[in-house]
Amino acid sequence: MVLKPSDFRVPEVYADWCPGCGDFGIMNGLHMAFADLGLEPHQIVMVSGIGCSGKEPHNVKAYGVHTLHGRTLPFAMGIKVANPALEVVAIGGDGDGLGIGAGHFVNAGRRNLDMTYIIHNNGVYGLTKGQASPTLRLGLQTKALPKPNINEAVNSIQLAVVSGFTFVARSYAYDVRHLRDTIKQAIQHKGLAFIDCLQPCPTYNNITTKAWYAGEDRLDDAGKPQSRLYKLEQTGFNPEVHDWSEDLEKKIVAISKAQEWGDRIPIGVFYKNELEPTFEARLKDRIPFYMERPPAKQKLCDENGLAHIDLSEFMENLKTS
Amino acid sequence: MDTAANVFGKACGYGGLYVFGRREYHSNIKGLHSYFHLRVSPQEVLANINDVNLLAAFDAETVVRHINEVVPEGGVIVDSKDLNTKVLDIRTFPPEFIEEIKKLMKEENLGETLNDWLNHAKQRNVHVFPVPYMDLLNQIGEKLGIAQISKITRMINVLTIGVSFALLKYDRKLAENAVKATFAAKGKIADMNVLALNMAYDYAEQNFKDDFKHRLTKVDVDEERLFLTGNQAVAMGKVLGGCRVQTYYPITPAADESEYLEAHQIMKTSSGEDEAIVVIQTEDEIAAINSASGAALAGARAATATSGPGFSLMVEGLSWAGNDEVPVVITYYQRGAPATGLPTRHAQGDLRFVIHAGHGEFPRIVLASGDIQECFYDAAKAFNLAEKYQMPVIHLLDKAMANCSQTYKVFDYGKFKIDRGELLTEKDLEGKEYKRFRFTETGVSPRVPLGTRNGLHWYTGDEHNETGHISEEPFNRIKMLEKRMRKLELVKKEVPDEDKLKFYGDTASENMVVSWGSPKGAILEALDMLKQEGLSLGFMQVRLIHPLPAEMVKKALEGKKRVIDVENNFLGQLGGVIKEATGIAPTHHVLKYTGRPMTTTEVYDALKAILTDKASETEVLMFGS
Repeated sequence: MVLKPSDFRVPEVYADWCPGCGDFGIMNGLHMAFADLGLEPHQIVMVSGIGCSGKEPHNVKAYGVHTLHGRTLPFAMGIKVANPALEVVAIGGDGDGLGIGAGHFVNAGRRNLDMTYIIHNNGVYGLTKGQASPTLRLGLQTKALPKPNINEAVNSIQLAVVSGFTFVARSYAYDVRHLRDTIKQAIQHKGLAFIDCLQPCPTYNNITTKAWYAGEDRLDDAGKPQSRLYKLEQTGFNPEVHDWSEDLEKKIVAISKAQEWGDRIPIGVFYKNELEPTFEARLKDRIPFYMERPPAKQKLCDENGLAHIDLSEFMENLKTS
Repeated sequence: MDTAANVFGKACGYGGLYVFGRREYHSNIKGLHSYFHLRVSPQEVLANINDVNLLAAFDAETVVRHINEVVPEGGVIVDSKDLNTKVLDIRTFPPEFIEEIKKLMKEENLGETLNDWLNHAKQRNVHVFPVPYMDLLNQIGEKLGIAQISKITRMINVLTIGVSFALLKYDRKLAENAVKATFAAKGKIADMNVLALNMAYDYAEQNFKDDFKHRLTKVDVDEERLFLTGNQAVAMGKVLGGCRVQTYYPITPAADESEYLEAHQIMKTSSGEDEAIVVIQTEDEIAAINSASGAALAGARAATATSGPGFSLMVEGLSWAGNDEVPVVITYYQRGAPATGLPTRHAQGDLRFVIHAGHGEFPRIVLASGDIQECFYDAAKAFNLAEKYQMPVIHLLDKAMANCSQTYKVFDYGKFKIDRGELLTEKDLEGKEYKRFRFTETGVSPRVPLGTRNGLHWYTGDEHNETGHISEEPFNRIKMLEKRMRKLELVKKEVPDEDKLKFYGDTASENMVVSWGSPKGAILEALDMLKQEGLSLGFMQVRLIHPLPAEMVKKALEGKKRVIDVENNFLGQLGGVIKEATGIAPTHHVLKYTGRPMTTTEVYDALKAILTDKASETEVLMFGS
């Protein structure tokens, strides 16, 4: 059965985001990507944290796990390790992933599980009414802030590259096709994929707005707005590591590209490396039958319900008679 | 030191003797005083006692700290080079201990060298056996062709064992076997250690004609036995109970369990197909609990193991697991607290913490084991409870059980049943509408692992409707909260009585001891001693800490003249909880919060004083360095 994007809607749930919220775009991007990839709802687990973005799974017809603030990645890891056949897509806000959950972000990179993580990056904590998020730049004063932001921003793309994510991309919530394609590539990537999804917050971020990204303040000679976003793939940028010898250089280039901001903001894939073994592959090295019989698929007992583990190897060393 | 204790314990086990061992160590890698207290007997031993018959010291500090525990006719094995050490010059003593020593030296008129201390002990008929460890090591080095003696200094531990067994006139073959088994994986190191053992044994036989009267004699046994720690017992119990994902962040005294599991990751089964446990060292305890919950939602039996500081970090995740009815198991080894506290020492100070931890009201099960065998079976049972009632289960243990070793008959685990509760498969769901949090009479809603066809559902930390979507409707809130809490009634009804409370001794007596966790061994032995003196009392061990079987407890305590609460904490937390639930308060408390477990001797002394009305309402125990 071929599913359409609309088959991934959840009609009984009212999506309670503000009108014009980037979360709608991301929701549509997810619906489209899942349909394009021919996935069925039960094969997918959407995991989210807290904040406006945390509600995303309730609006996607797939298994949904709406967790705690900042803890998206640990939950996702547990799910994926228990059953690696599941398509796990973790999502969260910028505060969720780069503030309270920053430790998990870095350590997820070290493991390289074969799953996808999308950060909704809008520079503010929307649900608590507009405080500065870790991606808001120093000195900016979005409208709910009593004073300009006193902290410098974290660069999520750079952090992902140095943490060990093996697919690092950026997209934009209002360029749904680009987002759809990026999500598809991320899911198909063998390893931990990260998408930094830029999105305006129409209610609390009055600086990096939809109009700002579209460059409505930057008209060309013909009076046409010049978008601040440009696509890496259209510049001939080649992010993929084909041999370990080029890895460091690709990383450095990705980091340096990610430094661009302001009037020219790159979107697209910054870095991609499928040479790095996934966490699943590392587990398989230790447990040869891991993929066929992962933790969630083991029987635990015989047909009579008796636990069937043989503890004699454990006990051998402990025996005294 | 651990290796030495293990070899010693194993050798005793090979001779059919029962051993109880307690490991004490500082929070450091090396340098400060560590010791292992072993008790050996042809009869089962359940705890330590105060008296020491043979003290084997690797250094001067050990002698100073333990010499007064050595009884008349007991012995001290000491390094000859330490004899002239000035006691107050020992660098590892903290100032507050030096003050104590100075006081003691004044009171007892003790000289300043270790030799003076030993001579003082000799006046009590303590036998002193100086061993020139360096000379022995040099001889060994010569025989093995090793010039650099610093490479083999760690063999002092085996030398000590050789001397000990020679003094005790114990079969040296058994000691050899224990050395070989301990170093089995290390090839020629085993041979080197056997040589060292024999040289020390010979040295002692030739040089100590002095008639040390204590003997260890082997006895014949016709059963297989294990000598194991609580950490090891829990690890085995977990895999028996079906645990297939274990997450942890390194912490004392829990980490050994996870490492042991990882070392034995792949397991044989009677069905022929191997199974395996995935052990993940996470970045912190927050990740540990939440990834274990994730694994549980995906259908794996999953657990995490930690101690107090780690559990503190897990508390938000615990609340989520309660709200989302996640069958996750948390193995909790209590240690000295608050804060970093006494990080390598024993305590039972977290009972109230675990029954209340987490924001909001949600059901949980807290199950407390009292000995290493219970650790094993409870670790397995915890997963049945978690899945049957769909709630977090805290398996509450302590440092004493984690690190103590005890001899047991090999566990007979063949009859252990896996009960996964109401768990639906794709087939069960075909053509039906499924709701994860369906309102049911018992409160338990049939569960479906993530990824199952026909079973789509959602989880959220928010209050939710039956499907799992966010709901703030008051009527739904009432039904959902009541549904979750209702499951506790089912737990109270269905958990077998012996998993709730265990009774020992004369329960009809007017005196009843109440306790939980590791004091059990010392209490049981004290009860036996008191019985022989005609002092009668019963003992109620509380195993199901939460939900507390209040009616049963009340029935057991009603009308008792003395209710004696025995715990390793300051407040008498179990006593307090029992009072809240039943209205019956303990008449007496026996408490210990030095960070060291209770010994049979001190529990006996305290109970005897209470029963003969010579005690105050609260007896505080202090034995042990």
